[in-house]
Amino acid sequence: MSIHTLSVLVENKPGVLARVAALFSRRGFNIDSLAVGETEHPGVSRITIVVDVEVGSLEQVTKQLNKLIHVLKIVELEADSSVQRELLLVKVRAEAATRSQVVAAANLFKARSVDVTPDTVTFEVTGNSDKIESFLEVLEPFGIKELVQSGTVALGRGAKSMASLSRYVTPS
Amino acid sequence: MSTPVKAPKPGPQAAKAQPATPKAPKPGPPHQSTPAAAPVLTGAQAVVKALEELGVEAVFGIPGGTILPAYDPLLDSVKVRHVLVRHEQGAGHAAAGYAQATGKVGVCMATSGPGATNLVTPLADAHMDSVPVVAITGQVVSTAIGTDAFQEADIVGITMPITKHSYLIRDAAEIPRVLAEAFHVAATGRPGPVLVDIPKDILNTPAPFVWPPRMDLPGYKPTTQPHGKQIREAAALIAESRRPVLYVGGGVVKAGAHAELLELAELTGAPVITTLMARGAFPDSHEQHLGMPGMHGTVPAVHSLQKADLIVALGARFDDRVTGKLDTFAPEAKIVHVDIDPAEIGKNREADVPIVGDCKAALAAMVEAYADPGRERLKAWWETLNDLRERYPLGWTDIDDGLTSPQYVIKRLGELAEEGTIWTTGVGQHQMWASQFIAYEHPGTFLNSGGLGTMGYAVPAAMGAKLGRMDRPVWAIDGDGCFQMTNQELATCAIEGIPIKVAVINNGNLGMVRQWQTLFYGQRYSNTDLGTHHSEDSPRVPDFVKLAEALGCVGLRCDTVDEVDEVIRQANAIDDRPVVVDFTVGPDAMVWPMVPAGVSNDEILYARDVRPNFDDEESI
Repeated sequence: MSIHTLSVLVENKPGVLARVAALFSRRGFNIDSLAVGETEHPGVSRITIVVDVEVGSLEQVTKQLNKLIHVLKIVELEADSSVQRELLLVKVRAEAATRSQVVAAANLFKARSVDVTPDTVTFEVTGNSDKIESFLEVLEPFGIKELVQSGTVALGRGAKSMASLSRYVTPS
Repeated sequence: MSTPVKAPKPGPQAAKAQPATPKAPKPGPPHQSTPAAAPVLTGAQAVVKALEELGVEAVFGIPGGTILPAYDPLLDSVKVRHVLVRHEQGAGHAAAGYAQATGKVGVCMATSGPGATNLVTPLADAHMDSVPVVAITGQVVSTAIGTDAFQEADIVGITMPITKHSYLIRDAAEIPRVLAEAFHVAATGRPGPVLVDIPKDILNTPAPFVWPPRMDLPGYKPTTQPHGKQIREAAALIAESRRPVLYVGGGVVKAGAHAELLELAELTGAPVITTLMARGAFPDSHEQHLGMPGMHGTVPAVHSLQKADLIVALGARFDDRVTGKLDTFAPEAKIVHVDIDPAEIGKNREADVPIVGDCKAALAAMVEAYADPGRERLKAWWETLNDLRERYPLGWTDIDDGLTSPQYVIKRLGELAEEGTIWTTGVGQHQMWASQFIAYEHPGTFLNSGGLGTMGYAVPAAMGAKLGRMDRPVWAIDGDGCFQMTNQELATCAIEGIPIKVAVINNGNLGMVRQWQTLFYGQRYSNTDLGTHHSEDSPRVPDFVKLAEALGCVGLRCDTVDEVDEVIRQANAIDDRPVVVDFTVGPDAMVWPMVPAGVSNDEILYARDVRPNFDDEESI
């Protein structure tokens, strides 16, 4: 098993996310993370899916996804030729005695404080999953009260784009 | 046009299809750039008009609350015939039977909620067997969706994994485009079922009817033309191989590629095996045909796969019923895999030469690319296979219970049938025997539920097939278990003038389950006796002859082996009404050969406890 990041361009139609999710569960594939959003064209969305599968299964996942009528294009984004980011919001215990250490740790990770109370600080940080994980490890001793993490979003490096979307959008 | 209370029937000019050269359409959704001449129709009228434009001749369905608006204009259509079935499952299988017998798209219609959920089984069936079917369902009014309204079911959600695609229409102006797309998606590429769900308020909303509509399917481009380099590689592998086999699946029938298959087979001299979905794709009478592979395949067909050095899979998907235990399947074979669905290639068995494309195009190209090195290299292979063919032919041993052997009945049905007869079956022992003991010479003459294994398929599928091919006799070979699941459609056949023939192979039991209980459960017959046999302390329940008569059919009975031919002749002679023949047969007959579930194909049994002797395989 290994981790793969798929970038999937889909028509922005009702139910498209349900179709993609249903396909994964029906075929027995595991989704590690999933992020959906609009692209530079409002008719097209990009779904970034991180899956943990064997290489043979990855080919099946891709082929099965391609069969969905609303799927326009699928690209696997390799870690070293793409930028991959997650967003983390984390609420950490930070009383007077520990606050300066907490803030110092956050600075090392270029985290931003977005909410402060007498007992806690909430940080916002982006990065790849390794960075997020390390940051959480550093905060752990102070006491993490709660956290939320987004799915990975990713773009290929270099000047090229994944597809010319105009190919897929019907002139109207 | 301004808000007509009842949308007018389009005049002759308006009804004429718009030529496909739009004049610089304005930006915006298609319906806003409608030519002024487009007639305004209600959603319901648009559905019927679109079906007419798409050349639909028959719709199988049942009206109900939410689909009611569509049934009103349907009453006036002279082009589209609606067949009022008795259960929506019957509508779905009938549409599939129609599609397979005619090569056109089959259409079924149902109301929301339970009407739609009754279509789930036939849609799953059509999905597994790649049959082009369009299902049109009513839905509760748009504003009520999601409120658990009366007869509401999320049928698009429910059928997502068992349809090729589905639509929930939100705007009446979309109807022509969506229906055109639904038919296109259902019929092209790897065919399959498409569901179109239409809320009742949309059916009542007027909108311009633009035809032909512009389809909007940017993500749908099936590959039909095979890659030339792959074809040349495949042709070279065939020419090199000493033990090739052409493994033919349903895709060859769907692609209409039987002529090209015959050409390639005769050109290469390779043996041919046809799966359950491909029976008839290659003539059974042809000397290169080894029969069906799989769990109940012939000994030479199963052995040919196991010992092949090259398998050319044509529109077949290495289903578990064909491969047996996958990691011992065809250990020495290289694989050429031709399929229009790229996801099938490499799914179960890695392909050495993958070819994505239409079987017809691929076979024609292979014929073109093949350079025959002569037949000498195949001599030993054919000797082995012919020897197996001779020693292990399909057959059965009569059981001394005073009852007719079911295999005999089915064999005689085949032998006494008119050329071109179309056969449907249910699922179980009778299905396997129908595949084994009837000779199929033409594609599209054997319709059955292969992938899903849907008991109850035979009668409604026969109804659909007959409606599509009124010129042909249609026999449904059914079991007493299957027949009790869908025989209500005989009422439809009787009233609508669809004279199918049904042979109930009545062994009084759920025969295939009973066979497994005999073989694997120590003859403990748990819940397989259906009571359809007459015995001293109980009458037949039901009496199929009386049942047939109650449903407006001719009911015939055949209790002894001497009557078989006579009763079949009587049934064959009736062509103005449906006929049901209750053939009383013995309960202990079993389907052989058999590869038990989950074991290697090498463990095939020719009969109970009889393993074929493959000793001379060293000589290959």
